[in-house]
Amino acid sequence: MSISEVRFAALPPVRPEFINEHVKSGDVGEVARPLSFWEQIANITPLRRTLVLIAIAVAWQAYAMPLNDPLMLPTFSATAEAFWKATVSGELLIRTWYSVKVLIVGYAAGVGVAAVMTGFAVSTRIGNDVLATLTAMFNPLPAIAILPLALLWFGLGMPSLVFVLIHAVLWPLALATQSGFLAVSDALRMTGRNCGLRGWRYVLRILVPAAFPSILTGLKVSWAFAWRTLIAAELVFGVNSGSGGLGWFIFKNGNELETAYVFAGLSAIILIGLGVENLIFRTIEVHTVRKWGMQK
Amino acid sequence: MPATAGAQPAVAPLLEAKGVTLQYKTPDHLITATYRVDFQVYQGDRFVVLGPSGCGKSSLLKCVGGFITPVEGGVALKGRPVERPGPDRMMVFQEFDQLLPWKTVKENVMFPLLASGTCGRKLADERARSYITKVNLESFVDVYPHMLSGGMKQRVAIARALAMEPDILLMDEPFAALDALTRRKMQEELLQMWQELHFTVLFVTHSIEEAIVIGSRILVLTPHPGRVKAELNVHEYDFASQGGREFQTMYGRIHAMLFENGSDMKEETDVDL
Repeated sequence: MSISEVRFAALPPVRPEFINEHVKSGDVGEVARPLSFWEQIANITPLRRTLVLIAIAVAWQAYAMPLNDPLMLPTFSATAEAFWKATVSGELLIRTWYSVKVLIVGYAAGVGVAAVMTGFAVSTRIGNDVLATLTAMFNPLPAIAILPLALLWFGLGMPSLVFVLIHAVLWPLALATQSGFLAVSDALRMTGRNCGLRGWRYVLRILVPAAFPSILTGLKVSWAFAWRTLIAAELVFGVNSGSGGLGWFIFKNGNELETAYVFAGLSAIILIGLGVENLIFRTIEVHTVRKWGMQK
Repeated sequence: MPATAGAQPAVAPLLEAKGVTLQYKTPDHLITATYRVDFQVYQGDRFVVLGPSGCGKSSLLKCVGGFITPVEGGVALKGRPVERPGPDRMMVFQEFDQLLPWKTVKENVMFPLLASGTCGRKLADERARSYITKVNLESFVDVYPHMLSGGMKQRVAIARALAMEPDILLMDEPFAALDALTRRKMQEELLQMWQELHFTVLFVTHSIEEAIVIGSRILVLTPHPGRVKAELNVHEYDFASQGGREFQTMYGRIHAMLFENGSDMKEETDVDL
């Protein structure tokens, strides 16, 4: 007698069959119950995040007030006041506009170059090799590291910044786009070719939308890279240039020991970052990849 | 084995494959998927390619689709050699992700019509609606694919292919990823649509029962590499005859053909419906 025969010797009893003649869903009572008011309130993400921000501001104020050292750590209220004053006087707005203007030019140029390069890379094998090699070489290189070279080639001013920004945008975006293209399923590719699509039409009508989640992530990452690089570059510029952007605003106020204004400058950077992320990219996301069910 | 004798039909075949040998490369080997396969598909045929995994039946279908170039022989549609993919041979794949997720059901069905320049937006819209109605999805016209079930997605893919009104419809195990109940329903619907439209379809499957029910003629392939074992007429069998004696006899004949080389194919052949 084997072990299994011993362990599974008992057979199930034969039970009578039965059929419920009157099964109605109405008997169960509430199938869908609305959430309570507080549960609904707690589900509003912006509200929860705002609460986090308020908590940070309160903690900051509570720590800085008794410290009473406006040079090292100004209070939240002092920073808010400096922010308000700088905004009303127009200086912060002018500096911000200068930075954003350079950023838009550099970002757009970087996106354009990335589009051409990845388009070239998907259509030919050598193009793919070129892009893969260049991306591997330049992606780990911090964009700010080539600023001295850019200054040497293009001199002080906007062209140098744009050059550095293109470098900051191009490689992460190209990398994300290319990996997005590679992840497009065979069924989708064959469907496109089945419809007679080839060349640029195939790339634009099949590959780009199918890889859009990756492309959007690339756009977000490269936007953050560009913003950081620009502020860092402006900090270096601040030493030499009379008219600068937000980086220069921070650098100048740091030199003048106006710490509250340094914090105000930093706040402006954070606000712009949050604004672009939540207004622009979130809107694009909601109307594309989320609507299409390609991203949760 | 001599080919079955009989008078050749007077009409010319719609699709003719002559001596098709297909090969593909793996990192280590050059694999021969099919070896000198011949077959003819006539207008209105429900032509099923049946064989176990690894007989190259999917490769054969992709060759007809123009996605794979044969190393020997060739395929001709209406006498013209097939060289590249084209909307005169619309494919329906097994995978649910063949639909464009960024387009609604209607836009998906319109896509080949517009992309191939077959007709303008207005006509494409009309045609799309009419074929979506044929697959019973008229209330899902403006829904995105991610909100549909697997069976609905396959229905959209079929509507999309049929809306092109292609010379031949190519179906690569379109119901294999569905649950058994949905699969049965889809098979019935496909047959109903064929009754109505009489399109020509080349259907690949590894299920003997599906082949007998769906097909009017079955091409049986041997595995590794795929060669023609037999061509059988099954136009008289449908769901009603399923379980009947003649149906079982036909099932047994095909089963014996697929399994005569021993039991090595057993685990690769799904004999369930």
